[in-house]
Amino acid sequence: MKELYVDNNATTKVDEAVFEEMRPYFCELYGNPSSMHFFGGQVQKKVDEARNRVAALLGASPDEIIFTACGTESDNTAIRSALEVFPEKRHIITTRVEHPAVLTMCRNLAKRGYRVTELNVDSAGRLDMDELRKAIDDDTAIVSIMYANNETGVIFPIEEAGAIVKEKGALFHTDAVQAVGKIPLDMANSAIDMLSLSGHKLHAPKGTGALYLRKGVPFRPFMVGGHQEKNRRAGTENTASIIALGKACELAARHMEKENTAVKGMRDRLEKELMRLIPNARINGGGAERLPNTVSIAFEFVEGEAILLLLSEKGICASSGSACTSGSLEPSHVLRAMGVPFTCAHGSIRFSLSRFNTAGEIDLIIREVPPIIRRLREMSPFGREFLRA
Amino acid sequence: MWDYTDKVKEHFLNPRNVGEIKDADAVGEVGSLACGDALKLFVKLDDGKERIVDAKFQTFGCGSAIASSSALTEMIKGKTLDEALQITNKEIADFLGGLPEEKMHCSVMGQEALEVAIAKYRGHAVPAHGHDHEHEAMEGEIVCKCFGLTDQFLRKVIAGNRLHTAEQVTHFTKAGGACGGCIPKIKALIAEVLGEKTKEETKKPEKLTNLRKMQLIQDVLEKEIRPQLWADGGDLELIDIDGGKVQIAFRKACAGCVSSGYTAKFVEQKLRELVADDITVEEVEG
Ligand code: FES
Repeated sequence: MKELYVDNNATTKVDEAVFEEMRPYFCELYGNPSSMHFFGGQVQKKVDEARNRVAALLGASPDEIIFTACGTESDNTAIRSALEVFPEKRHIITTRVEHPAVLTMCRNLAKRGYRVTELNVDSAGRLDMDELRKAIDDDTAIVSIMYANNETGVIFPIEEAGAIVKEKGALFHTDAVQAVGKIPLDMANSAIDMLSLSGHKLHAPKGTGALYLRKGVPFRPFMVGGHQEKNRRAGTENTASIIALGKACELAARHMEKENTAVKGMRDRLEKELMRLIPNARINGGGAERLPNTVSIAFEFVEGEAILLLLSEKGICASSGSACTSGSLEPSHVLRAMGVPFTCAHGSIRFSLSRFNTAGEIDLIIREVPPIIRRLREMSPFGREFLRA
Repeated sequence: MWDYTDKVKEHFLNPRNVGEIKDADAVGEVGSLACGDALKLFVKLDDGKERIVDAKFQTFGCGSAIASSSALTEMIKGKTLDEALQITNKEIADFLGGLPEEKMHCSVMGQEALEVAIAKYRGHAVPAHGHDHEHEAMEGEIVCKCFGLTDQFLRKVIAGNRLHTAEQVTHFTKAGGACGGCIPKIKALIAEVLGEKTKEETKKPEKLTNLRKMQLIQDVLEKEIRPQLWADGGDLELIDIDGGKVQIAFRKACAGCVSSGYTAKFVEQKLRELVADDITVEEVEG
């Protein structure tokens, strides 16, 4: 069965052009960029080029880019670094809807005696800036707020938050794994001190990421050892993947326009049609500003895993914020934080598109989803009550 | 992705006996929307009211919940009520060629629904699991407030499936799978069921004057309950106490939380355990 892939917030297809770019760096140009010989030197040039490309996408300068192994490493590095830079400060601020790469780290730190404030979101998934203003104090070492939410696509007012943080002298980090490549970013005019990104969310391979570190921001490395990345991240560079990430960023910059017109157009049509065809559905975060590619819809009286399995039978690959698929038994922490009503908290499905999706695919999803929801509602005791009413 | 057997997939994609029986002799309902799965089972008996001639189900839940319900209805048809009651959750899972351990609670739900249906038909007390709709008829102490599961129910599943770890208990019953606050109690239950420990009685003060009762209620709320809610980012406010009637309002994460009904139950349980048996807790807006 050919896959119809609309789970791009989970991971993406490696762009063929990205793969071509990285291919020679396995069997032919396998030199170590740190080596003194020409053979390593030519790889070093490509790594530099990749750094330029990542920087260009972010509106940053190349020496502000540190290559890492993934978004999680970037997140962990940023938070740990801030705490080491300010050993006397014992307070961390984050949000209840962060990715586990940040949230688990903060909760572990809370167990080790740090004071952690998790900011709430409203039912549309929005942050309250006053809550941040109240929470931050001189003891705050770092504020880490995601740029855009992976489950709902809701975009946070990062610059507004950053301005508040800077006033208090804390460091400001954002997990921008879902935002990079989807919406324009400009670090040259930003309050962000550190920003995490991940390669495999923007058509580069898995196992590569980067941390943007603003010039002048104090930093302590997480990985220590060799002198790579100007002593900021030890370990031999994953050259092929770094080169791939560079290419992926270049392509993302080139496709940014398309992402916000064509992809957004498909997403808008998908959500409008599903909402029109399916009663008692709601868009999670529908009232907030969202990424152009993401929609999360909660269907009342049905359970998410069952929907996904039936979608999968049709070749449609989506994901759910529901308990059953992830092995945990509660609705996702994001939907819970938003107070999604319990009648539909277990029945949320996320469709996340990419530039590789086609209008025909969207048509197919629009055709297949309504009968699936109806079928499960007919099977569900609550759904039947509802259908009869 | 779960590693479901072909049989599970087949029963999920083509479930047998979905629907309802209008003149059913016995109906059993377990689970709820908030829990994430629920099953309503209909059973029709022969003229002698001994043998099951038909069974139908409605299920809200994941793939394996639907497959387990389908399997259950196939298994009980043709059996006498007593024979049907002998069916264990393990047999339901075996019928499907096995379930991933994390999904064993789906087979347990099937067996529970059957027990409830038959008990109600026979006019017996509805067995206490907790996560059915008959909260009033429940016996036993709530151990897992998130899923509203009683010690009696957990004990039975632990013994019946010889579960040794809290993680297994979560896989079979969901208990412990949400906030995790009940895991110490689950561990104690396991130890107890495995015969290593006897239950210590919690002491309750004797007869109370109304004033003393109010003081105690406030005390328990402040010292026992609110700190637990804070840990989850929630909070509550005491609105009123009238004799045994306690009115509370939820704040922060608890307000509008999918489990706030359970949280109210949990507060009630705690107050009954530590103050007096006749306390009822009511959630109000305020
Ligand atoms: S009390 Fe059992 S999981 Fe929360």
